[in-house]
Amino acid sequence: MTTLRTLLTATSALCCLSAAQATELEVTHWWTSGGEAAAVAELAKAFDSKTEHRWKDGAIAGSGNTARPVMISRITGGDPMAATQFNHGRQAEELVEAGLMRDLTEIAAAEGWADIVNPPSLLEACTLDGKIYCAPINIHSWQWLWLSDAAYKTAGVPVPTNWSEFVAAAPALTEAGLVPLAMGQQGWQQKGAFDVLMIALLPNDVYLKVYGDKDAEVAAGPDVAKIFEAVDQARSMAAKSNVQDWNQATNLLITGKAGGQIMGDWAQGEFAVAGKVAGTDYHCLPGLGEKNVLTTGGDAFYFPVLDDPDQTAAQGELAALMLSPEVQVAFNLKKGSLPVRGDVDLSSANDCMQKGLAVLKSAEPLPGGDQLITQDTTRQIEDLMVEFFADTSLTAEAAQERFAEIIGDAD
Amino acid sequence: MAASRPNRLFRNLTAKIAAIPMILTALVIFVGGTLWTVLYSFTGSRMLPKLKFVGLDQYERLWETRRWVVSIENLMIYGICMLVISFVIGFILAALMDQKIRFESTFRTIILYPYALSFIVTGLVWQWVLNPEFGIQHILRSLGWESFTFDPLYNADIAIYGVLIAGLWQGTGLIMVLMLAGLRGIDQEIWKASRVDGIPAWKTYVFIVIPMMRPVFITTLVLVAAGIVKVYDLIVAQTGGGPGIATEMPAKYVYDYMFGGQNLGQGFAASSMMLLAVLIVVIPWAYMEFGSKNRG
Repeated sequence: MTTLRTLLTATSALCCLSAAQATELEVTHWWTSGGEAAAVAELAKAFDSKTEHRWKDGAIAGSGNTARPVMISRITGGDPMAATQFNHGRQAEELVEAGLMRDLTEIAAAEGWADIVNPPSLLEACTLDGKIYCAPINIHSWQWLWLSDAAYKTAGVPVPTNWSEFVAAAPALTEAGLVPLAMGQQGWQQKGAFDVLMIALLPNDVYLKVYGDKDAEVAAGPDVAKIFEAVDQARSMAAKSNVQDWNQATNLLITGKAGGQIMGDWAQGEFAVAGKVAGTDYHCLPGLGEKNVLTTGGDAFYFPVLDDPDQTAAQGELAALMLSPEVQVAFNLKKGSLPVRGDVDLSSANDCMQKGLAVLKSAEPLPGGDQLITQDTTRQIEDLMVEFFADTSLTAEAAQERFAEIIGDAD
Repeated sequence: MAASRPNRLFRNLTAKIAAIPMILTALVIFVGGTLWTVLYSFTGSRMLPKLKFVGLDQYERLWETRRWVVSIENLMIYGICMLVISFVIGFILAALMDQKIRFESTFRTIILYPYALSFIVTGLVWQWVLNPEFGIQHILRSLGWESFTFDPLYNADIAIYGVLIAGLWQGTGLIMVLMLAGLRGIDQEIWKASRVDGIPAWKTYVFIVIPMMRPVFITTLVLVAAGIVKVYDLIVAQTGGGPGIATEMPAKYVYDYMFGGQNLGQGFAASSMMLLAVLIVVIPWAYMEFGSKNRG
């Protein structure tokens, strides 16, 4: 009997041992466009080759608005994946508070994240009550105006160097039968463009007062009124842009059918996949060419608490790997985003990424919208922008009034 | 043994035991879930449900939200048109089908076929059919009618009717089949009698046959009405709520705020309002229906 028991114990120990050597980690994310998928493939490749574990890809198509509910239901419903993407900030706030996310403080200390993550605000966005809950993987900034050289050539006007020139050049593009501003008809894109205009055209403190302090008076004030006028202009410039997804809008630029697009630096991945060269085929203007500023939002990986010790160990390896210099370079070059550490060699980065790095070095970055306002408020502003862009009878003044109400109710 | 007890509770004991799972499901899942939702709609729950009461705040915000008001208007337009038009078309088709025509089963299959498709497929198909660049408008223009314009899904004022067309196409077949079954249940003697009396066929339908088909109408009404209140997938597939917010529906608002907006309280408040709307319709009907049975 004893022999049998020993044998059984040995067998089960053996099977656990072999499992510890190689386990499969399911990683969910919403990176499905061409450039994004190429970047994820880099992560998977590094994880498969550098560790003994395997990457199980859990891509969820659609934007984050489609993917996040799925991820959250899986975590709250007791079927957590091993790791999941979120935009760091307040998106996963409640999951962390409810104790569903794994505390990564030890790994962060062992790897010295506090010293290498730059700017430090990225790690702060992962921190709650002094504990670190996520691994930032890239810096994404929204404040870019992408311009199609081909479109401006067709229209016979020089490529603009800032937002006001862009607005001035719009009639020439319209005459040439082109769309001045490509804009996917989805709330997050329209709200994103609105935020970008606010950051690029106004002093930083207005943005921080509206989104940071939720000051409804400032939101209803004359400064923000200027932004609503600018959004009104954007609305008429984008009137003929009837695409949905952001990469379809970027494709209008690539094919020379539209002049410009306000979109985050992930748009660069699409230009790269299409074989376009920054500086000759397309131009990019950080801060819309008006202001030397970028926000530092981005993507981070969160690791739900798991029962299986092998998987938990593998999670730690993945987290450490994500911030390793090689992975940071390989991933971010494909993704078109900036690395989270300042000490890696990015000499192979293109024109636009160099511009972004220069801005990050020279100016104090602003916190991104996801770090300041909740998903609930974001959603309300998105609804407002969707309505505004589709319904020309909604005036800039009326929209601003409703915007101020939303900010007044926000927490 | 059960029969020896006079207690009414224990009569048909096996049947009652067999019904226990269903009773429990109904009580715990339906009634319990409903009460839970209504209770939490008075809280400030965000991503996770929390018992932090905020009174009627969620409801105030709900009714101040333009998107919700538009959703309700859309539901009204869609619901009323859907009910009236699908009943009229469905009944007329059934009446035509009932004229002892040839190939009846072929026609019946063709008309019922769309019902076999999900709303997602229906929505996508009609999105393409109504797309001005390669749908109806394109076909008629390429046939030579250059000025023809038909792009309901791109015009916020009439987009909801574009959705209605798809809904009717999908749902009318079922109504026709139900109505046809009802018509077949009418005794042939009645037709003979009305013919002897020289009553025109349409009068027989309106004054004799339709009143006799009341149970069929009620069943159909319940089926169609339930489908209308929960319409969600059709919108998501066909328009995504757009252009702008022109084709938003209450069920989509609930989903978007509950999960996308991470605001359970707001989603619960919206779904409680939907429940209330259903109750306002169902209670008077149930009262009439079951109240009269007791009297009779």
